[in-house]
Amino acid sequence: MDFCKRQFTAALIAVLGLIAVAYVGVKAHLQPLFGVVIPYLALLLFFEGIIYRVIKWARSPVPFRIPTTASQHQSHPWIKRNLGEKLDNPSTFPYTVGRMALEILAFRSLFRNLRSELIETPQRPEGAKLVYWSYKWLWLGAIAFHYAFLTVVLRHLRFFTDPVPQVINKLAEVDGFVQFFVPTVYLSGVVLVVALLYLLGRRLTNPYLRYISLASDYFPLFLILGIGTTGILMRYVYRVDITKVKELALGLATLNPVIPEGIGTLFYIHLFLVCVLLAYFPFSKLLHAPGVFLSPTRNLTSNSRMVMHINPWNYPVKFHTYMDQENEYREAMYEAGIPVEIEPETAEETEPETTETEGEE
Amino acid sequence: MADYKNEFGWFAEKPTVEKKIYDRGKIIIGLVVFLVIFTIAFWKNLGKAIPPPQPSLKTPAILKLPEKERKCVEDRQFMREKHMRLLINWRDQVVRTGDRTYINSKGQKYFISLSNTCLQCHSNKSQFCDECHNYVAVVPNCWGCHSTKEQTVAKAEAK
Repeated sequence: MDFCKRQFTAALIAVLGLIAVAYVGVKAHLQPLFGVVIPYLALLLFFEGIIYRVIKWARSPVPFRIPTTASQHQSHPWIKRNLGEKLDNPSTFPYTVGRMALEILAFRSLFRNLRSELIETPQRPEGAKLVYWSYKWLWLGAIAFHYAFLTVVLRHLRFFTDPVPQVINKLAEVDGFVQFFVPTVYLSGVVLVVALLYLLGRRLTNPYLRYISLASDYFPLFLILGIGTTGILMRYVYRVDITKVKELALGLATLNPVIPEGIGTLFYIHLFLVCVLLAYFPFSKLLHAPGVFLSPTRNLTSNSRMVMHINPWNYPVKFHTYMDQENEYREAMYEAGIPVEIEPETAEETEPETTETEGEE
Repeated sequence: MADYKNEFGWFAEKPTVEKKIYDRGKIIIGLVVFLVIFTIAFWKNLGKAIPPPQPSLKTPAILKLPEKERKCVEDRQFMREKHMRLLINWRDQVVRTGDRTYINSKGQKYFISLSNTCLQCHSNKSQFCDECHNYVAVVPNCWGCHSTKEQTVAKAEAK
C-alpha cells in the first residue's frame, strides 16, 4: 500500500473504529459512560487544551511586524492607496481590525488562492509556460463548510436551553425555509456534508494534494462527515426520541446529568464522535480556529516604515572585521599570493600600534 | 552575555528571551470571551432544574375507554420517535390515493384522520402535542390546516 493510501485508510479505520467503540459500548449498556462521563471529559480537554495552547503561543515574543503585504505599504502621501489596499496592508488599528474581520469572517487569504499550471502547446516553441489562474473553489468549499457548521452548532443550542432563545428559533426557521420533507430539511446540514465531500474529494483527486495529505488531514474530515451523517440519519431516517435526547442534553447543561431510557444507539454514536472532535481539537490542525486570531501576519499593523521596532533582546555584538582577519593572517596570505590591503613590510612598521589596539579591545 | 569566538569565528550567543505571556491583557480578554461564549448553555441554565415534558393522556375520550384498549395505533416508543413520519405518510397516502385505512404492525386496521381520530382522543393539544413540541422547539405545520378546535372538541367529548 503506498503512502497516500495508507494515510487515507488509517484515518478511515480510526473513525470507523470510533463508531464501533460507541456501538459496542451502548450495546453493553455503558450509557452513563458515553452519555455523561465522556462528554464532560471531552469538554474539559477542549477548554483546557485551547487555553494551554493559546498561552503557549502568547509566550513567543513577536518584536517585529511581518507585513507580508499583498498591496501597497503606506508610503509618501502622493502614493495613493484605495480601500482594498488599506485593508490588505493596514497602517492603523481600525484597518487592522478590518483585515482581521475579513480574514475571520470572509476567509480573505483563501480568496486569493491561485492555481498554477504548466501550459504546453505547439504555439509555444519556447516550451511550457507557467500560468496562474484565479481559483475560488477552495474558498467556496471552505466558507460553505464553516458557515454551515456554525449554523448547525448554533441550532443545537435548542437542546441545551429551555426556553429556547428566539434567535435560535428564527435561525432554524430560516435554515429550514424550503419546508421539504418531515421533519423539515435544514439546508445547513446538506451544505455541511456536500462541502465536506468537496474538501475530501479535492484531496483525493488532485495528485499534488494527495501527495501532501496526511492521516491528520483526513481524520477531521471523516470525523465531521461521520457526525454530519449520523445527525442526518437520526433526524430524517432512523428517528430517535428527541425529547429524551433533550432531557439528556439539559441534564449535562444543568450539571445534573440524567440518562433517560430509550434513546437509540445512533444518538450515542453521534455524541461520541462529537466528544472525540472536542477532545481532538486542541491537538490538531483544527486549532487554526483560535490560531487565526494570533497570526502575526494578520493581526499586526504594518507600520514598520513609521515606527521603529527594536528587538527587545538585542545587544551589541563585537564584529570581527576584515582588517582584524588580515592582521591575524597577513604573513600567510602574502606567502600564498593572496592580495592584502597592507603589505607585510609596511605593516611591520605600524605593528606595535595594531597589536596595542587589539589588546585594548 | 556576550559574543564568543571558536575555531569558526565570532558568534553571538543565543539570545535569552524573557519567559512571559506577551500581550497579557489581550490574551486574557480573548480567552474570557471564548470561555463565556462557549459555555453559554451552562450560564443560561445555572441553578435551574428543568423538568421533562409530561404529555397528558387524561382526556375524556381516553378516560372513557376501558383500561385495556387505551392504545395508540402503534406502541409508545414508535409514536414518540416516528409519529411525524407516520402522519406525513398518511397525508401523502390520503391525498394521492384517497385510501384512509392504516394497517399497523399488529395487523389492526385504523381510520386515517388527524382531526377526527388522532385529535379525538388527544383533544388536549396544549397539554399533549405542545408539551413536547415546545420543549424541543419544534413548530410542525399541521396546525396551519388542521385548526385547533381544542375547546370545542373537548367540550363535545365531555357531553
